[in-house]
Amino acid sequence: MKELWKGNEAIAEAAVRAGCKLYVGYPITPQTEIVEYMSARMPELGRKFIQSESEIISINTVIGGAMTGYRCMTSSSGVGISLMQEGLTDAFAKSIPLLLVNVNRCSCGMGGDFGGSTDDYLRDTRGGGNGDYHFIVMVPSTIQEAVDLTYCAWDIAEKYRNPIEIMTEGRLGQMMECVEMPEFKESPKQEWGFDGTTKFMDFGPMRDHDAKYKARMDAIREHEQRWEEYRTEDAETVIVALGMCSRVCKGAVNILREQGEQVGLLRPITAWPFPVKGFEALPETVKRIIVMEVDNDGQVIEDVLITTKKLTRFQNMPIYNLYKPHLYPADEMIDYYRKVISEEEKEVS
Amino acid sequence: MAKYTKYPELLSPNGWCPGCGYGIIARLIYEVMEEKGVSQNHIYVGGVGCNANLYGALEGGNKVECHHGRAPVCANGIKALMPDTFVFTIQGDGDCYAIGMGETIIAAHNRFPITVFAVNNANYGMTGGQTAPTTLTGQVTTTSPKGKEGKPFDIIPQMRALGVDYCARGTTASLAEIRKLKKYITKAIDLQLQERKYAFVEILSPCPTNWHKSPLEANEYIMNNVIKYLPLGEYDTSKEE
Ligand SMILES: Cc1ncc(C[n+]2csc(CCOP(=O)(O)OP(=O)(O)O)c2C)c(N)n1
Ligand code: SF4
Ligand SMILES: [Mg+2]
Repeated sequence: MKELWKGNEAIAEAAVRAGCKLYVGYPITPQTEIVEYMSARMPELGRKFIQSESEIISINTVIGGAMTGYRCMTSSSGVGISLMQEGLTDAFAKSIPLLLVNVNRCSCGMGGDFGGSTDDYLRDTRGGGNGDYHFIVMVPSTIQEAVDLTYCAWDIAEKYRNPIEIMTEGRLGQMMECVEMPEFKESPKQEWGFDGTTKFMDFGPMRDHDAKYKARMDAIREHEQRWEEYRTEDAETVIVALGMCSRVCKGAVNILREQGEQVGLLRPITAWPFPVKGFEALPETVKRIIVMEVDNDGQVIEDVLITTKKLTRFQNMPIYNLYKPHLYPADEMIDYYRKVISEEEKEVS
Repeated sequence: MAKYTKYPELLSPNGWCPGCGYGIIARLIYEVMEEKGVSQNHIYVGGVGCNANLYGALEGGNKVECHHGRAPVCANGIKALMPDTFVFTIQGDGDCYAIGMGETIIAAHNRFPITVFAVNNANYGMTGGQTAPTTLTGQVTTTSPKGKEGKPFDIIPQMRALGVDYCARGTTASLAEIRKLKKYITKAIDLQLQERKYAFVEILSPCPTNWHKSPLEANEYIMNNVIKYLPLGEYDTSKEE
């Protein structure tokens, strides 16, 4: 049965149903509903809720909890996740499959627009802390998808012993949509979790020169790429967009299709690993790519440029980039598309 | 007074400097854990600093090294999901009272059901002897070449103000004090094992290497100088109504 859910609360409930045993959080707009929801929901089920005194404390507490082998989670936004970086590097180094939810706000410093953007893209996909490491980063575009991704997040994270992030946006967190909530599932203690004895001591630091590191990263790159293709059959122009921006792009694609344009959308669902395979699967008809994103300086474009360099077929393909700090309407996307076609817009060099 | 001829099974050779207090502290804590039957069933949450030498020296229990200053909150996360397991931290004074001051106070204020051992050697030992909040007035360190200005930080009045059930300051600097220290450690551990309560023990510990003193001089320095600023003793309100 479908019910109306607010984005943030839906993510929280999906995490609960996926077996979250400890949630630790600190208030920050636009993710605070997750903290509030968990404060009531977790104790109701005999699970642990801790309101921390800082995001540094959130992440370090969750690291402790997750080392016991149970599913643990924290969430935040903007500067809160910047504060967490010391812990996030540690979670990676210790191979801890914890869940982090970033309800992306907008801009650096204090953060200006709570409606959100994907301007944490580079920080979150590259690993914003010291050393080189990656979280698996999944970017939903609807509340249903946010629920489904949250519900399977720990399954993936535990498979690779790698931390995972759901990167959602202020708007998606604040709005309401009809959602089918999944059933509760079992989440037994992982066999590597602390038991108080010397039996499991597998939390040694994972170094970047370590063979284990490369094997883990390669396996994730190989098996965990996710993307959606929308009306790409026979497309001459492919728009690449993720999150809320991709929803508006779908509207733009529909309008352009009605006008006879051969346009489609490639929507990365995993921002890391970036869906190179999605590009490989695009039809031979593709002549150009337009990356549309919501941030101040073009971030997703970096991954698209790297990806298309790797694939022979795309090496000389013109690529265009539209970015604005706030979510923009389909009209502006269509305008940009028209200018690309009439060669008024320059390609990214 | 029981006699200990046996070295705790859990400890193997370690990497501390000669005359360092850490070895005695580790031995005392693990002796008590053996007596209480938790030496093979516990989780040691370590801070960053010279206590890290302990990781290689331990033969039982789970252990984890946390980021600088974060051990108490990590321990709290563990304890939340493993409430029946003995969980404790060993941290340096820089770890506890500088970078981790927030975590130290919050752990006490929120009564995390863990045991915190703070090893105060009046400097940042691991990084080569810089000024710490606990460094004595006038003490020369690598970052206070003309001697430290200002007072050393004293945690005990803070802990008392927070109203924790048990806090104490002991030292390894004399045999008599080592015996007292063991009692403090025992009470602190008991409080968690029997009542799931927070307890805090600070230990004044010699750092001959960075103090540029012989082991004996370092102990004398504690007994003659440090305890004037940071008095020894315990505060136990756990039995009060
Ligand atoms: C965030 C961070 N900053 C700085 C350091 C470097 N560092 C390592 S050990 C240490 C000093 C530890 O001093 P203390 O806690 O007093 O422990 P001791 O070595 O004296 O026992 C510092 C500053 C670090 N590891 N992490
Ligand atoms: S530097 Fe000081 S605290 Fe560290 S091992 Fe040596 S004597 Fe001990
Ligand atoms: Mg120190």
